[in-house]
Amino acid sequence: MTRPATAYGYLAARLAQAVFVLWAAYTLSFVILYILPSDPISIMLNQGDGLADPAQVAALRAAYHLDQPLPVQYAIALGHALTLDLGNSIQTGQSVAGMLAQAAPATAALALCALVAALVLGVLLALAASNTQTPRLRQLLHSLPSLGVCLPTFWIGLLLLQWLSFGVPLFPAMGNEGWRSLVLPAATLAVPTAATVAQVLLRSLEGVWRQPFIHALRAKGLTRVRLLLGHVLPNAAIPLLTMAGLIMGNLLAGSVVTETVFSREGIGRLAQSAVAVKDIPVVQGVVVLAATVFVLVNLAVDLAYPLLDARITRQRGRALA
Amino acid sequence: MQCSEFHNRADGCRRAPETAAGKKAALPRLPGFRLTTALLLLCGAVLGPTAMAATPQAGGTLRVALDGDPQCVDPQQPGNNTALNIGRQITDSLTDQDPKTGAIVPWLATRWKVEDDSRSFTFVLREGVTFADGSPLDADAVRANLEGIVKLGARSSLGSTYLAGLDRVDTPDAHTVVIRFKDANAQFLQATSTMSLGLLSKATLAKSPEERCQGQVVGSGPFVLQSFVHNQAVKLKRRDDYAWGSSLAAHPGRAWLDGIEFRVIPESGVRTGSLVSRQIDVNTSVLPQDEKVLQAQGLPILARSNPGLVYSLYPQESLPIGGDIAVRRALVKGINRPELQTILSQYQRAATSLLAQTTPLYIDHTADLAYDPEGAIKLLDDAGWKPGADGIRVKNGQRLTIPLEYWQSVTYLELVQQQLRAIGIDLQLKKSVIGQVNAKRDSGQLALQFYNLTRADPDILRTVFLSSGRNVNFRQPAEVDDILARSATTLDTDTRRKLVDQAVTLLLRDGHAIPLVELATVGATGKNVHGLHYEASSRLQFFDTWIEK
Repeated sequence: MTRPATAYGYLAARLAQAVFVLWAAYTLSFVILYILPSDPISIMLNQGDGLADPAQVAALRAAYHLDQPLPVQYAIALGHALTLDLGNSIQTGQSVAGMLAQAAPATAALALCALVAALVLGVLLALAASNTQTPRLRQLLHSLPSLGVCLPTFWIGLLLLQWLSFGVPLFPAMGNEGWRSLVLPAATLAVPTAATVAQVLLRSLEGVWRQPFIHALRAKGLTRVRLLLGHVLPNAAIPLLTMAGLIMGNLLAGSVVTETVFSREGIGRLAQSAVAVKDIPVVQGVVVLAATVFVLVNLAVDLAYPLLDARITRQRGRALA
Repeated sequence: MQCSEFHNRADGCRRAPETAAGKKAALPRLPGFRLTTALLLLCGAVLGPTAMAATPQAGGTLRVALDGDPQCVDPQQPGNNTALNIGRQITDSLTDQDPKTGAIVPWLATRWKVEDDSRSFTFVLREGVTFADGSPLDADAVRANLEGIVKLGARSSLGSTYLAGLDRVDTPDAHTVVIRFKDANAQFLQATSTMSLGLLSKATLAKSPEERCQGQVVGSGPFVLQSFVHNQAVKLKRRDDYAWGSSLAAHPGRAWLDGIEFRVIPESGVRTGSLVSRQIDVNTSVLPQDEKVLQAQGLPILARSNPGLVYSLYPQESLPIGGDIAVRRALVKGINRPELQTILSQYQRAATSLLAQTTPLYIDHTADLAYDPEGAIKLLDDAGWKPGADGIRVKNGQRLTIPLEYWQSVTYLELVQQQLRAIGIDLQLKKSVIGQVNAKRDSGQLALQFYNLTRADPDILRTVFLSSGRNVNFRQPAEVDDILARSATTLDTDTRRKLVDQAVTLLLRDGHAIPLVELATVGATGKNVHGLHYEASSRLQFFDTWIEK
C-alpha cells in the first residue's frame, strides 16, 4: 500500500467520525429538549398569564409542527438541517442561520483574544513556575494554576467590572463596540483557560526535563535557556495541542457566562436566552455550530500531529499498513 | 396643573425654585418660555416651595437598561413589560389613563360616547395626526388596527383579549369610529389607553407578525424605532413633527429627548454598577438586594405597585384538595400577611385585597384577609382533617399536602410555607421554569397556580375568574359569575365599584384566590434625569423625560 492511499484512508475515517459526532450532538440535543416538559409557544405568547385563546394557541403550535409525534418532528428537523436549513426561531421568527451569522463574529473575536491571552499567560506562568529555584515562590507559582481553574468565570467577571469599570472607569461594562469593550470579557474568559494551559504545560515540562536526551544534551554543554527554548518547550507543547479541542470547548462554554455578565452579543448569549425560552431551532443551531467547531479543531489537530512529531507518522503508518 | 402628572416622583416640579428664578432674567423672552415659567410658578403654588421644577432642557440621548431581551418590539403583540416599555414610546393610543385617579382622558380621541350597555363605543379623532411614514391617522386606520389585532389572535396576547367579542367597526366619516361588541364590554374603554391597542400605520399592518416583531413597525408616537438588535439594544429617535401628546403630558409639542437607547443588561449587579458609574441613565429593573446601594448613592428610585391582580395562589378546584372549600378557606386565614411584609422590599406590600392598590375601583379587604390560625384550624378539624404524627393533617389516609410549582423569583413563599405548616398544611415548593409550569397548567395538573397580572382595570377579575371564561379555578358556575358579568355592562363608577367589591368579597370568602403580595415595579435613575414616570399600568412613559446637562 502506498503512503498517499493510507493518508486518504485516514482522512476519510476521520471525516466519517466527524459527521457521526455532528449527527449525535444534533440528535441528543433534540431528544433532551423534547423530553423537558415545556412549551415554547406558551412562552412566546406571554409571560405566564395564559390569557390567549386555546384554539389560537393550538393553531400556532401546528404551524411549528409541534403537534406532530416526536419522530415526525425529528425527521422534519433533520431533513431541513441536512439541506443546511436550520429553520426559524420560534420566539422571534428570524432565520437561525442569520442569527448565528450575526452572533458568531463577536464570539470569535472574544474567543480568539481570550485564547491568545490565555496562551501567553499560561506559558509564562508554567515557565516561571518550572524555572523558579526559591522553594516558597516555586510552591506559590505551582499552586496558582489549580487556583485559577477553580475560580468561577462569573465571579472573575464581576470582580473585574467592579475594579476596572465601576471603580476606575477604564473600560465599558457592556456592549460590543470598540476594542475597549473586549478587554474585560477576554480577560475574564482567559483566566481559567490560562490556568488549564499552565497546569498541563507545567506537568509536561517537568516530564521532559527528566528525559535522557535532555541529560545528554546538557552533558554536551548546552545552556539551560537554549535547552528550554530549543528542546524542552517544543516537546512539552505537544500535550497542549491535544487539548486544543478541550480548550475551544471551554472557551465556548465560558462565553455563555462572560457574554451575559458583560451584556455582549454572541453565540453564548444566544444559547443562554434560547434555552431559557425553549427556542428549540435556535438551541439546535448553536449545538450544530459548536459541534462543528469542536470537530474541525480536533480534525485539524489530528492532521497537524504528523507535521510536528515525526514519530506519530511512523507509528500510524505502521499501524495502518 | 401640569405638574400633578408627576405622580410618583414629583421631580419635574420638585427641583429648587432658585434655579428657575435665577435663570429667568438671563434667558430670552420667548412667549413659550414665559408660559413655561408661569406654569412652573403655578406648580410651585400648588405643590409648595419644595416641589418647584428646574426648566426642562431639550436634547441628549437617554441610556436605559433593560433586564432582558424584549423579543418583539411591536406594541400590539407581546405581553412582557420590557417590550411594552419600548412599545409605549413609539405608539399612541385613542385614550390615556390618569395613573393617579384611573380616569380615562383624551389622547388621539378628543371625545367619546359609550352606549347600549357598554356594547357600542364612538370615538371622535383628533385631526392632523400622522404616522411616522406620513400616512394619516384617521378612522379607517383605527378600524384597520382593531381588525388587525383580532386577526393576530393569540399573537396579540393582551390586545386580542381586550377585543374579544368584537362585532364590527364602522367609520361614518374620516374622524369618527364606531366600535360594536356582541356583548357588554365595559373594559374596552380602558383598553383603548393601553399600548396593546396602540395604533400602527397601515403599511405596518400589511407586514407579517414576525417582520413587525423584528422592528418593521411604524406608529404615531413621539419616538421612532431606529434599530433593534436582539439581546443587545433598541434605539429610538425623536420625531420632530410630533404635536399630539396625551392630555396628561406635561408639555406640548415634541419630546425633550433626542433619542432613547435601550440596552439589554441581564445582570442586576451590572445594571446597578453601570448606573452608579454613570454608564447608563435609567435602570428599569432594580432588585431588592440593590436598593440599599442606590439609596446610599442618593440616586432617585421610581417605584409603583402594578395594578391588577396581586401575586396570589389560585387553587385548581377540580382536584380533590382544591375542591375542598374548608381547605381553601383555611389557606386564606392561615397566612400572616403583616409578617410577610417583614421580608419584602420596602417598595412591595403584603396584599390588602385581590386587587392592587393602584387598580381603579380598589377597595381595602384587609379584614377578609386577617390572620386567623384558630379559625383555620377549626375549619380543617370540622372538615375531618386531623393532625397526623408529624403535625400534617390527614383525612381518610390522605395527607394535606399541596404542591406549588412556580417559576418566579420571589423570596416570601418559604415563609408562607412555614405559616401554613403551623396549621397542619404541607405546602411543597417546587421552583421550576416558566415553560414547564405553563405546560403543566395547560394540562390541568397544577394544584395551585401562582402569578400576578398587570391591568389597570378591575375587569381583570372577570377575565380570570368567570366560569364561562378562562376560569382559573376550573370551578362550577356560582353566584360570583353573575356579579362579574354585570360588572362588564356599566361604566358608572359607583355601580361598578359595588359590583367589583362584591366579587372580591365572594372570591376571597370561598378561597378562589389566596392573595399574598402586591408586585411593585422598581426602577432607578441618575440624578440628572427628570420627568420620568410610570403610566397607569406601571410602564414607563418617556415623553416628558429630560436630561439635565
